[in-house]
Amino acid sequence: MAPGSPPGPAIATMKLNERSLAFYATCDAPVDNAGFLYKKGGRHAAYHRRWFVLRGNMLFYFEDAASREPVGVIILEGCTVELVEAAEEFAFAVRFAGTRARTYVLAAESQDAMEGWVKALSRASFDYLRLVVRELEQQLAAVRGGGGMALPQPQPQSLPLPPSLPSAPAPVLSLPSAPAPVPALPLPRRPSALPPKENGCAVWSTEATFRPGPEPPPPPPRRRASAPHGPLDMAPFARLHECYGQEIRALRGQWLSSRVQP
Amino acid sequence: MRYNEKELQALSRQPAEMAAELGMRGPKKGSVLKRRLVKLVVNFLFYFRTDEAEPVGALLLERCRVIREEPGTFSISFIEDPERKYHFECSSEEQCQEWMEALRRASYEFMRRSLIFYRNEIRKVTGKDPLEQFGISEEARFQLSGLQA
Repeated sequence: MAPGSPPGPAIATMKLNERSLAFYATCDAPVDNAGFLYKKGGRHAAYHRRWFVLRGNMLFYFEDAASREPVGVIILEGCTVELVEAAEEFAFAVRFAGTRARTYVLAAESQDAMEGWVKALSRASFDYLRLVVRELEQQLAAVRGGGGMALPQPQPQSLPLPPSLPSAPAPVLSLPSAPAPVPALPLPRRPSALPPKENGCAVWSTEATFRPGPEPPPPPPRRRASAPHGPLDMAPFARLHECYGQEIRALRGQWLSSRVQP
Repeated sequence: MRYNEKELQALSRQPAEMAAELGMRGPKKGSVLKRRLVKLVVNFLFYFRTDEAEPVGALLLERCRVIREEPGTFSISFIEDPERKYHFECSSEEQCQEWMEALRRASYEFMRRSLIFYRNEIRKVTGKDPLEQFGISEEARFQLSGLQA
């Protein structure tokens, strides 16, 4: 949670564009989840009630819902979301890999809220989103058929996208590696640059000059399924997704059985 | 703002979408150009001193703006303060173009819009929602309403 460096001038903390982060946290766009959660201060610390806002792969927390600036942010890459044994009801944890990694213990105020948060957080990583996008890219290419890819019609302005498919041949897409705790192999270089489309003018990345370009290299296999059943390398995406679904269902099963209390 | 620095450092060690040694100049007036190893991992741009394993810093690439400056040079700034620019000097026009393309597509928000676009395209062609088979068709983060107006 807090930058881990000890006090003193010897070790500088990493710079981060915190001001931009704060603007991202409080901008007008719809959020992916929001609500009050209790956050455990540290291993032996008390819980503090904070207003949490999930946006993309960033979990911001504020003193309260009206605060203009976050107290902090949890960057949600390479983590798993689990139930925990805790004195608090509706508790769950965001756990990171690594020897001295932090585990964030959070508690919701209801069963529904907890389930909602666990679902939202376990699908919050950029990695996960990228997997889904790749899968859909493949599907779209498949339904459009082989050579001579037709360009899609320009969208009506309800979607702020002027879409266009690249004129480069579709690259071979390797299936993303499964979430196994092994270090990623060195990645192949991306195919060479897209035919340039910019005319040198400023382009906001938030305005979608959308271009599904050559595939980025496969994401590193970082997110660990709760019970890896041997190598899932090259598993079809549906199986991979089933693993995510299984985690959710397993958690749900645990919640339901834990509710049957005398 | 507090953040999980250790995890961000771990992220900086993950395989990168793009990595290169570039000249980098910070946004403050009078900043000097420095050689940095610049590495794009998910929606973060990390920059390292060329002989160090831990990054000097990171830029979250949400709501950012990537524009061409001088030949072979581009800048990154953020919507809320467009004059505050991080400058990057490349060794060729091609490298500059490649980086600009990659950085414009690097944000979570861009990836989300891609998903929504593909979802709709597939729905138009097949009549079916491709997210249903994965049980995520109702996820708030993938709805059309999630797009910024």
